[in-house]
Parts: sequence; C-alpha cells; structure tokens
Amino acid sequence: MVERLTGEIRAENLRKEFIRPDGQTVVAINDVNVAIKAGEFISLIGPSGCGKSTFLRLVAGLARPDGGFLLLDGVPITGPGYERGLVFQDPTLFPWLTVFENIAFGLKVRSTYHDKKQEVQDMIRLVGLEGFEKAYPHQLSGGMAQRAALARALVNHPKVLLLDEPFGALDAFTRMNMQDELLRIWQERGTTMIMVTHDVDEAIYLSDRIIVMSPRPAKIECIINVEMGRPRGRDLPDFLRLRARILQILDFAGKREEIQYYL
Amino acid sequence: MKRIGHTYKEEEMINRTRFDLSTLVPTLSAVLALLVHLLVPNSPRYTLKPLPYFTILLAGVIAVTLVLAALSLFSQRVRERYAFKSWFIAAFLLLLNLLNIATLKLMLLPVIYFPNPDRILKVFADDWAFILKCLGYSLRLLVTGYAIGALAGMTTGILVGWSRKWSYWVNPLIKVIGPIPSTAWVPIALVSFPTTFAASAFLIALAVWFPTTVLTSSGISNVQNSYFEVSSTLGAKVIHKIFKVALPAAAPSIFVGIFNGTGASFITLMTAEMMGVKYGIGWYINWQKDMLSYANVYAGLIVIALTFSLIITLLFRVRDRILVWQKGVIKW
Repeated sequence: MVERLTGEIRAENLRKEFIRPDGQTVVAINDVNVAIKAGEFISLIGPSGCGKSTFLRLVAGLARPDGGFLLLDGVPITGPGYERGLVFQDPTLFPWLTVFENIAFGLKVRSTYHDKKQEVQDMIRLVGLEGFEKAYPHQLSGGMAQRAALARALVNHPKVLLLDEPFGALDAFTRMNMQDELLRIWQERGTTMIMVTHDVDEAIYLSDRIIVMSPRPAKIECIINVEMGRPRGRDLPDFLRLRARILQILDFAGKREEIQYYL
Repeated sequence: MKRIGHTYKEEEMINRTRFDLSTLVPTLSAVLALLVHLLVPNSPRYTLKPLPYFTILLAGVIAVTLVLAALSLFSQRVRERYAFKSWFIAAFLLLLNLLNIATLKLMLLPVIYFPNPDRILKVFADDWAFILKCLGYSLRLLVTGYAIGALAGMTTGILVGWSRKWSYWVNPLIKVIGPIPSTAWVPIALVSFPTTFAASAFLIALAVWFPTTVLTSSGISNVQNSYFEVSSTLGAKVIHKIFKVALPAAAPSIFVGIFNGTGASFITLMTAEMMGVKYGIGWYINWQKDMLSYANVYAGLIVIALTFSLIITLLFRVRDRILVWQKGVIKW
C-alpha cells in the first residue's frame, strides 16, 4: 500500500534571518528542532508571520538556512528539487499551458515524459480532472485549479509534498472535499506531507501530528499527536477537545508575545 | 392540436429560405456606378481616349456580388456575414462612383494629380509585371531586415530581462540608441555597408530591434517570481526557466513589441527605398512622382496598402494562435 519509505525530514537548530529594508535583521526562525518521519502527515499551525511558510520554503530549497541543519533522508537540502513538491495557496498554474501540459511540465523538464506519458493521465484521473485535459487554467474553478496544481506536484512522485495553505482560498464546501481528496492521495501514495494552515479543524482532520509554532522568532511551541482513527468526525468529542486545546495554546502563545493574529 | 410558434425544425427551414434585402445593396450600388459611368458623358475638357477598365471592374463586381447574394439564399452563415458587410461594400462602391464623377465626368480636380479610376486601373493592366517585381524587391528587403531585427531583439530582450549583468551593461546602450529613429541613421548606414541593400536591411532591423528588445525584456522581468519558484520545485533548470517559463509568460508583451516594430519597419522600408535602394515599391512611387505619373503613384499606394494590411493580418493570426491561452482573459 505504501509506495516508499523515504521522505524523512530532520531539522536541527534551524535558523533563518531576514534583512529588513531598513537594514535591521529579523530572526524568522530560531532554533527549530524537529524530526518528521517518512510518510507522516504534519501540519504547521501558528499565528500569522510566525515563520511557518519560511520553514516550508527552507524545506523546498527556495531559501537557505542561516544556521543549523535541514536534512532530507539524512542529506542536507541545498536547493529546490522535484523530490520536494510544493503547492501554494494560489495554484500558480502556468496560464499558457493546458491542464495536461501543466501536469506534464515536471516530466518534460526532467526528460522523462516519453517514458511516463501514462502517468499524466493517471494523475488527471487521481485528482478527478478527466475531460479537462485541454482546458486552460483561466477556464477552471478555484478547486479544479488547485487539484491541477496538486497533480502537477504529484506527477514527479515527490518524497515530500509541501502544502502552503493549499485550500485557504477555497470555499468551505470545496475545502472539505479537497481535504478528503488529499487524505485519499496520501493514503494511496504514502508521501510525506507537510502542510501550513490557519485552520485548526483542517489540521486536526488531516494530520498525524500538529506542530504549533510561536510568533517571531518562530519556535516550536509544542507538538501534538492526533491519536484518532480516520476518517475523523469533525464533531466528535475528541475532535472538539483537541480543537479547544490547540486554540488555547495559540491564544496563550499569541498573548505572551503581544502580537495580533488571525485564525 | 393547438400550436404556438414554430418548432426548431421549422425555424431552421424558415432560416434556410429567408431572404435579406441588404444582400442586394452592393449590387445596386455597383449597377448605379456602372450606369453613371456609361450614360453620363465625360467632361468635354477630357481629351484622352476612353478606357474600358472601370467598366470591366464594375461588371466583375456586379457578377461577384450577385453570386454572393445567391449564395446567401442558401447558407445562413454566408447571408449573415455578407449582410453585415454589405452596407460597407455598397458605400465603398458609391465612393468609387463619386470619385469617377469628380474626376472623369466633371473634372473638378487637377487632372495630373487626381487621375480618374480608369487611368489607375490601366496602370495595373499595363504595368503589373513591373509592379510585382518591385513588390518582390521590397518584400525581400523587408523580410531580411525584419527577421534579423526580431531575432536580435528577442535575444537581447531575453538577456537583458533575465540577467542582471547584461542589464547593467546593455540597458543604458538601449536607452540611448533605441529611441533614435532608425531613418536618422541613413547617412551612417549608407557609408558603413557595402551595398544599399545591406544598409537598408540594417536600418529595418534596427527599427524592429528596439521595440522588440524593450518589450521582451520588460515582459520577462515582469514575470511573477512564483512561476519560477514552482518550476524549480518541479525540476526545471535555468534553460527551462528561460524557454519554458519566461518566454511564454512574456509572449503577450513580446508581441506588442513586434507589432510596434512592424510599423517602424514599414516606415523605414519606404524611406530607405525613396533614398537610394534601386527597385522596390517605395522607389517606384518616388520615381513615378518625379515623372508626374500620378496614376502610377496611386497604383503603388494601393499595392502597399494591400500588402501591409495583409502582413498585419497574418501577424495577428500568428499571435492569436500562440496566445490562444489568453482568450477571454485579455483583449487588445
């Protein structure tokens, strides 16, 4: 059932700084230590501007750490690579390519398209976009575009899939559908999932573990194991209890730093 | 059974046989022009031998418009399109009619500078081979310069838009040299190149190069960074980012540059031909003007108008094909 057992992410004393336009250095991430097991579903949750997305960009290789280590299967991450797929809140499909061509993009630039043409069609089926292969992105609804973006990342068989508030821009109904879809794909492929979200319910519904982060400089406030079977009823007592607990932690973390945030 | 209205099938039958009066308007306009031409006597001051060409043209127009009107009876598509254009065509024929009256029938205008339609048509009948030869020369020059200019423009545009280093060294040069109208280079081009053809091709290339460069580079530097980020997480290398992301994303802007360059290339072509290139349609016009053969000048202008608008139409077709993904997003 599980396709692969690689895709372990380990961060040790991870640190990332930014230089503000006025020349001051801002520490975005400080001393983050975390081990994410292969095939695990992890959510990062925390106040706005707490460095969750920065952590994701570091794993994606789009930014370099300023201290500590960040390892994929024991090897330091030095730049972007197809084994770490990334899905943004905005689908960022290439508007000049059709759905099919967008999904085939990764295979084409890696010159494996000719051997794996069938994969593209499989991916389209997996995310339920049959019949839209020749559509251009502007013809898709938000949910469909996000499915295409998911398929585009998944066609490369990444070891880790990084999701930066992937369903944040979708309406509630579509979002719940997409969450189920994502769970199905995850269970089918065993890809390590790291998702940044503002939605506590989403984090509980999907994750094996939830990493709650404190505001800048981001540190891990606590890591919560979600010990519930799947599928998870969103109105079960366990679910609600956990939700209240996380909200309390977030509230506490926010008040301590006197920083406003939105859930 | 009571029935209200028609079924779709019946509606279709009605559409199939429906007749639209507008489809006859162009024919009527042409017939009117022909009647005026044949029945109204020429101006007594007009001493040249009468010519058959305008009559032939109008007869041809009448035949063609009748065929279209007949086709319109059977095809809804032809009818709708032809009925839509018919008033314009009729008005154009009326204009020719008025022109004929003003020049041939009444001689309201100086006859040397404003020849009647018959005389212009005569140029095509007598001189078509030479005009075609000139057109061939013009197109050879235009295509040579244009291709070099567009390719060079896209290349510098990509380099400047993509790389900071290229931008640092080349951008100031573009800013200073680019805005000089390429025709201002004529004196230098003529002494720098071995042939006037090469010099003119260079000037046309320069005219196309500048707008293409500027709009390619600005198109590329305005591409959303997230496209590059996504592509690199999908395994794209620099070469892919340039050719599979930056170029297609900048294509709408590149086309604006190419269209600007096309206009500039036409101007440069005409100037170059009037200043030294032997043969070519611009040269033809200039030469005929010097001989006071204004009928030939008008014939040349008609050929230029048709050729250039054909080129522009073709370019639009190419653009629409390449930018098909923009359909419904942007229109310009």
